[in-house]
Amino acid sequence: MAKSNKKQAITMKEIKRQKFLLIWSAVFVIYGIIFYYVPLGGWIMAFQHYKPKTGLLHSKFVGLDKFKFLFYDDVFLKVIRNTLAMGILTLVATFIMAIAFAILLNEVKSMFAKKAIQTISYLPHFLSWIIVCGILHDALSGSGIVNEVLVGLHILKTPINFFAHPGYFWPIVAFANVWKETGWNAIIYLAAITSIDPCLYEAASIDGGGRWAKIRHITLPGIRPTIMILLIMNIGNVLNTSFEIPYLLGNGLIKSVSDTIDIYVLTWGISQSDYSLGTAAGIFKSIVSIVLILIANSVAKRSGGERLF
Amino acid sequence: MKKRSFADIAFTICNSLFMIAFVVITLYPVLNTVAISLNDGIDAVRGNIHLLPRAFTWKNYGTVLRKQNIVTGAYISVARTILGTLIALVANALLSYIVSRKRFMFRSQLSLFWVITMYVNGGMVPILLLYKSLGLTNTFWVYIFPGIIGAFNMLVMRTYMEGLPDALEESAQLDGAGYMTIFVKIISPLCKPIYATVALFVAVGQWNSWFDAMLYNRMKDEYTTLQFELMKLLSSVMQQSGSATNQSTTAVSAVTPTSVRAAATVVTMLPIICLYPFLQRYFVAGLTIGGVKE
Repeated sequence: MAKSNKKQAITMKEIKRQKFLLIWSAVFVIYGIIFYYVPLGGWIMAFQHYKPKTGLLHSKFVGLDKFKFLFYDDVFLKVIRNTLAMGILTLVATFIMAIAFAILLNEVKSMFAKKAIQTISYLPHFLSWIIVCGILHDALSGSGIVNEVLVGLHILKTPINFFAHPGYFWPIVAFANVWKETGWNAIIYLAAITSIDPCLYEAASIDGGGRWAKIRHITLPGIRPTIMILLIMNIGNVLNTSFEIPYLLGNGLIKSVSDTIDIYVLTWGISQSDYSLGTAAGIFKSIVSIVLILIANSVAKRSGGERLF
Repeated sequence: MKKRSFADIAFTICNSLFMIAFVVITLYPVLNTVAISLNDGIDAVRGNIHLLPRAFTWKNYGTVLRKQNIVTGAYISVARTILGTLIALVANALLSYIVSRKRFMFRSQLSLFWVITMYVNGGMVPILLLYKSLGLTNTFWVYIFPGIIGAFNMLVMRTYMEGLPDALEESAQLDGAGYMTIFVKIISPLCKPIYATVALFVAVGQWNSWFDAMLYNRMKDEYTTLQFELMKLLSSVMQQSGSATNQSTTAVSAVTPTSVRAAATVVTMLPIICLYPFLQRYFVAGLTIGGVKE
């Protein structure tokens, strides 16, 4: 966080001079309170038996009953497992792919090919999840291209319905995220690679280092700080990565592996109007996210590397 | 130049193959969708269409453009993208300007106030109830008001503005310019690249968003969006393939033929695909500034 160099006395003259800044700050704070901080007040519902009729002030308080209910609910426990599994699998896969892609693209010597590949690589990022899921559904269907290739290569004898077997779902989610975001995530790594001192590579060449050696001993250590920061930032998002695909492509056959916390909230909190239960599940998700970020941050701090705060 | 070693050549070949595979896997599904959208619907059911349509026709696009909901959705999507982007751009720019003024008295507090919102949020249910009580549900404005300020966009813009020389502001102040004049006449013209970046982020988010239409405006056909209409087409197909029966017959009995769905998909993705290559240098620069330094 940036710190002002010198604390200056708040004088009437200064207030007058900063009037424009102060008035608009107030507008933004009011806006922020309404749209971001008031919903936090809604967390009270999780400790109540909230009914829209009685409202927030007069609903009966039930303590931690809603949370107890959640943790005795087998469905919710499964939902936590699914959310974590898909989140972590996605995080690991997208991370490794983005770094690998950035490093390998950097090794492409033709400027034209490099530019063209990079432009193409951004494309999927700009497509909505609806479109990506539609594409995924068609590609993985019985007559889709994936089955066609697998049967053609004699890896499969007959086409399989990927969305009917629970075992395939998590890898599909991770793959879809890799497909959509690899090029986009690589942007920052490519920028970090460009800022590595070229002298290091020359020195390595003189010492007879090959391209692998250069990647391992110069490029990777050079982008390590960037990797660490992005890792910490993304760990806080682990629970958010698994909503769209499970929601859009999940079905009755694979419900036990595809339902996530957000879907649970949507089903119970919103469709069934159990606001208290939905809020409790949402709070659980927020707390886990914050704890994950704090853990990642302190691990990074202890290992002496970059950190977020 | 030294003679290239065997390992070096092997590396180049493997890397080229990897890049070719990457490009094919990225582009094929998109091109395939375009090919299917240009193919006759009944013929498309036979499958085996790859990069070129087998029985060429524009008919699917006609079918799509005659659907009342899709036309309404297109209007709403365009409206929310333009209006939402303009408002968000002005608001984020002004907020970033304020928190990047070195002499502003509540500078770090205001920054922190917004950074917190990146990590903590009320969750789906309290937010829905809030929008209900504000009267935003079942209106167009639910697409605009909630997303005006984004903390990430603020950070990206703030970092950029902090990189501008202080002397600009100081000399303008000596000439008697107030903070508003400095924002409009001096800082903003220099921030065009970062404004373009953030505008692109917001516009893509607006165009691609579907969840808000489903959650807050499900009952209001007049406020449907293109993405939500596409979602309805997709979920009608999904319900059938989820039923474990033989897959390849799905398309025949589907409510909406695959080819019409493909046409709707192309209509939905075309504007962004045409636009993003031209804005490339802006978002690359913007992401690099915002991502690495923060």
